[in-house]
Parts: sequence; C-alpha cells; structure tokens
Amino acid sequence: MIVSLTGCIDRLPYRMKILREILWPLTAVFAAFVVGGIIVLLIGDNPFLTFYHLVGNSFGSLNDLGYTLFIATPLIFTGLAVAVAFRCGLLNIGAEGQLYVAAFATAWVGIKFGGAMVNIFGKEENWSWFSLPSILLVLLCIVTAVVAGGLWGAIPGILKARFGSHEVINTIMLNFVGIALVSYFTQYYFKIPGDPILQTAEIGQNAHIPRISQYIPGMPDFVPLSVAFLLAMLMCVLVYIFLWKTKWGYELRAVGENPSAAEYGGISPKKQIIIAMSISGGLAGMVAIGEVLGYRYRYYDGFSDGWGFLGIAVALLGRNHPLGIFIAAIFFAVLKRGEIFVDIETKYVSKDLVEVLQAIIIIFVASLQRYTRK
Amino acid sequence: MGEFFTPTFLIILLFSTIRLATPLIFAALGGMFSERAGVINIALEGLMLAGAFTAAVVTYELSNPYIGFVSGMAVGGIVAFVFAVAVIKFEADQVVTGFAISLLMLGLPAVLSSAFYDSAGSTQQVAKEFQLPEFFNRISLASILAFALVPVCWYVLYKTPFGLRIRAVGENPAAADSAGVNVIRLRYTAVVISGLLAAAGGAYLSIGQSSLFTRGMTAGRGYIALAALILAKWKPLPVLFACLFFGFTEALAIQLQGVLKMPSGDDIPVQFIQIIPYVLTIIVLAGFIGLSRAPKALGIPYKKGN
Repeated sequence: MIVSLTGCIDRLPYRMKILREILWPLTAVFAAFVVGGIIVLLIGDNPFLTFYHLVGNSFGSLNDLGYTLFIATPLIFTGLAVAVAFRCGLLNIGAEGQLYVAAFATAWVGIKFGGAMVNIFGKEENWSWFSLPSILLVLLCIVTAVVAGGLWGAIPGILKARFGSHEVINTIMLNFVGIALVSYFTQYYFKIPGDPILQTAEIGQNAHIPRISQYIPGMPDFVPLSVAFLLAMLMCVLVYIFLWKTKWGYELRAVGENPSAAEYGGISPKKQIIIAMSISGGLAGMVAIGEVLGYRYRYYDGFSDGWGFLGIAVALLGRNHPLGIFIAAIFFAVLKRGEIFVDIETKYVSKDLVEVLQAIIIIFVASLQRYTRK
Repeated sequence: MGEFFTPTFLIILLFSTIRLATPLIFAALGGMFSERAGVINIALEGLMLAGAFTAAVVTYELSNPYIGFVSGMAVGGIVAFVFAVAVIKFEADQVVTGFAISLLMLGLPAVLSSAFYDSAGSTQQVAKEFQLPEFFNRISLASILAFALVPVCWYVLYKTPFGLRIRAVGENPAAADSAGVNVIRLRYTAVVISGLLAAAGGAYLSIGQSSLFTRGMTAGRGYIALAALILAKWKPLPVLFACLFFGFTEALAIQLQGVLKMPSGDDIPVQFIQIIPYVLTIIVLAGFIGLSRAPKALGIPYKKGN
C-alpha cells in the first residue's frame, strides 16, 4: 500500500513541487501510524482509540494548547538547529549536549548577575556578584545561551574543518562530555548544600521571562508556556531569511549542495562548516531560554526529554525548511503531550509508544528521501 | 592514597574491567563487519538493546539462558536486517537510520514489557541459576566467548575469501563488483552479522551482568563500542585492547567512587573519569594519535554502474 502510494506521489508533475514536499512527510507519518497501529493491535489494544488519546488532548482547551506549544518550543529550536547544519551537509547529533551546556551557562549567569539569594540550612547566603536590571539580565542570559551552545557546536565544526574528523562521531562524544561536565559543575559548585536533587540554585527574579498566561485570560497560570515560544517563531522567520535571502545563507547552502563546486566558486567549505555548526549550536542553545528563564528557573540535571535528538526527527519531517519545522515541531509536541493520556487511558499500551512512532517516522522519511531528491 | 592500590583492589579492578569490556567487545566486533563492508553502524546501541530485551524475556519464560542468549542474537540479526533494508535497498541515510533504530529500541522494548509484565519498562527478574554461567572469579561464559571471538573475527576478516570480499566491498565496491562479488548481498550479510554480535553483547548485559532488562540499559555502550572501533582503526586485535581500555576506565570510575579522596579531601569527581573514552575518541579522530582511516566506501550506498 505504502509502496503504491509512493509511486503515485512520484508520478506527480514537477510543477507540483510544493504538493510533493507536503505529501512525502505525510506518507511517512501515515506509514508510521500503520506500523504503530499493528503493534498496538498485537499487544491487545484498540489502535484507533489509542491514537485518539494520543492526539485528542492537544488543542481542546487553552490549557491543552498551552502545554502543546510549550513542548513544541524546544523542538522548534532543535529542529532549526539540525536543519541549518543539514543545509550545510552536516548532521548535528550534538544538539542535546549543546542545549545542556547552554542551559547550565544561562543558569550560571542568572545566578551570578541576578541577585540570587540562597538559603543554606536556614541561613541566607548571597551567591550573586552583581544584580542587573531585568531587561539587561534577560538579554545577557539569552546571549549566554546562544554563545554557550554555539561554542559547544563550534568544536565539532572546527575539528571537521581542521582535521576532517567526522562531525557525527564528535557530536555524539561531545554530548557525553558536555552533559558530564555540567553535571560536575552543578554537583560540586552550584547545588545548594543538602539539596537531594541534582540542580543548581534558583536564578534571580530579574532573569525570569513572562509567561503567556499573563496575557491571555483563561489560560491557567501553571501552564509553563513562556514568551520563548514567540522567540521560536521569530527564529523560524530569521532562519528562513538567513538561509534564502542572504549571501551568507547562500554560501552555506552551496557547501551543502556541492562542496567542491562551492570551493571552485570561491566559497571556503571549511569556514562554512564552522559557521554552520556554530549557528546550529546557538539555535540548540536557545532551548535554555524557555527552560531556564521561563519554566524551571534553574539548571536541572536531566531536564531535556531528548529534545536535541528529537530535533533530528523534526528537521527531517519538516524537510529542513523553517515552516515545515514549525509544523513538525507542533506535530511531535502533540504526540509528546498525548503520551501521558495513552498511558492512563489504554489497558496495555505505555507512553513509550510515542518513541516507537518517532523512530518509525524517521526511518520512513529517511527511506523515502531518495525519491524526493530530483 | 597508596593503601587502595593493594593486590585485592587491583584484582577486583581487573575482573571488573573484563566484565565491563565484554559487551563492548561483542558490539565493536559486530560494528567492524558492517563498517568494513561500508555501512556506518550507529544502530549498535539499538541492536544491543534488542538483544538484551529478547534474552531477558526468553530466559525468564523458558528458564534457559542459552536459548535466551541465542534468541537475543537472532532478534538482533532481524533488527539489523530491517536496518539493512532501509540503508541498502532504500539508500536511507545510514547515520540517521541507525540513530532511529536505536531510538526504536529504546521505545519498543518498553512498550512490549509494560504490555507483557505491566512494569514500566523492565522485564521480570531472572533467577540466579538461570543466568549465564560464570567460571573462576565471576568470569562469565560470555566474556570467554567474547575473547575467543577476537581471533575468530581476525581469521574470518583476513584469512577467508569472505573476509577479503567484505574488505573489498568497503574499500572499492565497484572493483569488487567487476570481480564478481555481489556487493549488495555481502553488505546485507555484514550488517546482519553486526546485529548478531551486538545483540550478543546486549544479551550478556541483561542475563549475565544483571538479571533483568531495564529501559535503555545499554546507556550509551553502543556508542562507546563505536568509539572503540574507531580508536582501533577498524582492526580486530586493537578492538580488543580499545574495549578493554574503555572497560577499564568504567571500572575505575566505579571502583573509585567515594573511595579515593583528592589531596584536598574532596571526592574525585567521577565525571572526569567517565568522559575519558569520549575525549580520547575525539583526540584520536583528530589524528593526534596516528591517523585513523575509515574504509573508503564507508557510508556511501552502492549503485551499479557508478
């Protein structure tokens, strides 16, 4: 069935490029749901009911909508991050490490420049060096998130440009290194003594960014959707402009399309690789804005639910285009939001079904890719 | 500080190293077949998980670790075949697909085990007498098997026509093709072998080193095995040493945890020992310790007539 479907899409005239661009990812999603449905059926539940619980709780109320968009926020950032690297012919599996490093650095700035007071066994202690006014501090935190993520992303870029070592292996390795390092700093320097949880002290009040619920009557205060989501939308536009409307974006994509032709045309692939990996890391680092400044108000060890890795799925399904990424991020956020309902409402199926669906979608998108490059 | 490096401590460290290196040796040798044939195998992590889960379930249900071990390997081979179809037949990106296979094996065993046993992501405990047998001072049968596999793999890769073809297909598939080698079939075979071996490593984790499967229990060992393979320059004997070295760093991190103090009286931060394999891999890849050259056709799908 899927094979004949792909055949039909394949025969669409080239003029209907946009239709093809949309139909390919839809085919992959459909195929994943068919395979996922068979798995659900085999373990003894009703696939239709399961999928209803999976996607049926995402937009019904302001509460649902808020949570769905909250989950989509980091996925938009990591999806964009992976896509920018992809456009330069690089696979960034390191978004996870980049966003961890960025989140810790952001929390560090939020503590050191936020007038953070820490309560140690009932005694107040000042961990802050300096207390900046809110706007400056938030800006400084955002810059920190981008720079920290960007630097961590630049390392594999430089290694690839200078020594030719493969970015995939290096980003995987740097994930482990980055996560271990920030866990070390958290554990030994920024954890409140006596806190059983591996997390830093809270950032100063001045570093908090507003939540959307402040502006929308009827959205409960506990919904952690913050203005970081608006920033994510803005970044979609900016990445689009950068990639397709500027000289730098053109050069970056030229290297991705054909490195030797680009070099022949006077573009240095090495430079573009470093730039692309830095931008990619910076975008991944922006996950810290919503997480640290808008949600947890601290660095929390293990805060990411694999957002960096999920960014690969988002970018693939979104065809490495900002608009596609935005839609794909919302789609995966819907699944993530629904997993808890699947857990509760079905008899046998657990929330891990979402991971299975993600994986199958990636495999199908990757397998169908060959047909789309013409 | 000196009192900790007693003979007892060193012996514990040695045995711990062997235990921890065992799954890495299986997986890295598996990865070697696939990568020498030209297929990047980031799926190792997922293949290990497939083996670990199947071995735990089958051993628990049938109370026989041997059947459990072999079924784990078989399922690893099947999953590897699915991976091979995607990357060889459909020419899907090998890294992306391999990564997806690992993601799949994070989720699927959890879905199945909560359906079978109603326990979030882990299987039932296998009784001690039904785990893989151990000899001498807790040396598992699987460890012996892993060490024995090293010369076997060396022989297969360098002294048999099959091994020669694998190497040829990974270096220059077009030339191999014109010499009459079926490139596609050979790559399928190599990837399935990698699945069988990686899954054996996973099976050892669930029914040898521990007694049940837990969600994501390989905890990045598949990637460490891949790193060992690169460090070893895709050669069998160096693979053994690289795996032993990585096993040693892990053993050291465990043994030193909270035992040894720095001169200042603080704990030695284990995070720094844990990152040694990863940092070392980055350094080796950058060519600081001799060039680590990958098989020439690694990662490139083969099309006839190209």
